[in-house]
Amino acid sequence: MDIASRKDGMALLVSVSGELDLHTAREFRARVDADYDRFGARDMVFDFARVSFVDSSGLGAILGRYSRAAEKGGQVALAGPQPHVRRLLELAGVMRIIHTYADVEEALRAMGAKEAAAGGDKR
Amino acid sequence: MNWLRLELPALAENVALVRVTVGSLAAQLPFTLGDIEEIRVAVSEAFSNAVLHAYPQAPAGGLPGTVTVEARVEGDSLEVSVVDRGVGIEDVERARQPAFSTREDRMGLGFVFMESFMDEVTIRTAPGSGTRVLMRKLARKPPDGKADAGVAGSSGAKA
Repeated sequence: MDIASRKDGMALLVSVSGELDLHTAREFRARVDADYDRFGARDMVFDFARVSFVDSSGLGAILGRYSRAAEKGGQVALAGPQPHVRRLLELAGVMRIIHTYADVEEALRAMGAKEAAAGGDKR
Repeated sequence: MNWLRLELPALAENVALVRVTVGSLAAQLPFTLGDIEEIRVAVSEAFSNAVLHAYPQAPAGGLPGTVTVEARVEGDSLEVSVVDRGVGIEDVERARQPAFSTREDRMGLGFVFMESFMDEVTIRTAPGSGTRVLMRKLARKPPDGKADAGVAGSSGAKA
């Protein structure tokens, strides 16, 4: 699994590729939490277009980040999950609390993070 | 009839190895790609359960106990068993309930996914005697069910 993150407006944008399971979820949690704090972000957007596998451990890690962002009044969005990953999110009921979008642009637009960025919060 | 047997320590880093190996065996049956994804998730859940719950007393720095994974092609179905010799499950009915977990950082979805994605899931366990999860999934045949229709009009389209 590879993770790259940057700040976009008020959101931490995290691009993930590879497989999110019991083993990789540990690193995912640690990396996302560290970057979330370091960038002082409010929202989180996960680019899942290149995530090929997620199981309940992976979903747990995503929901854990949701709790973290919610504490700060932030939102969490998932962008571009592959169909089989999307099915899992649906089955687990995750999509009721974490919105899913076709791609990152759409997610950022929907969350209003872009508008917040217009205020000049550029790194 | 083809089969495989893996014996490996209950380590999180082995979860991928197990699901990829079993998924490769499954690919020898006429499963759809979606079916194989489902098998990979179910196997991942079963092995992860063993990693998380079977050997809580594993010595610090030492290896936890062993998990044995067997997968077998039986006609048109795949049978997978995941067996540990750990602490066992105290209350199986509860363990199978959605959202139940003995660990607060877990979602309690492992058995939900196994049961949703496999045709049959049997759990044999007793406190102190380990746990055996047996799962079976049938490769779906085309609707007309003709076994020897390699060039039939509706089949053979490559994605």
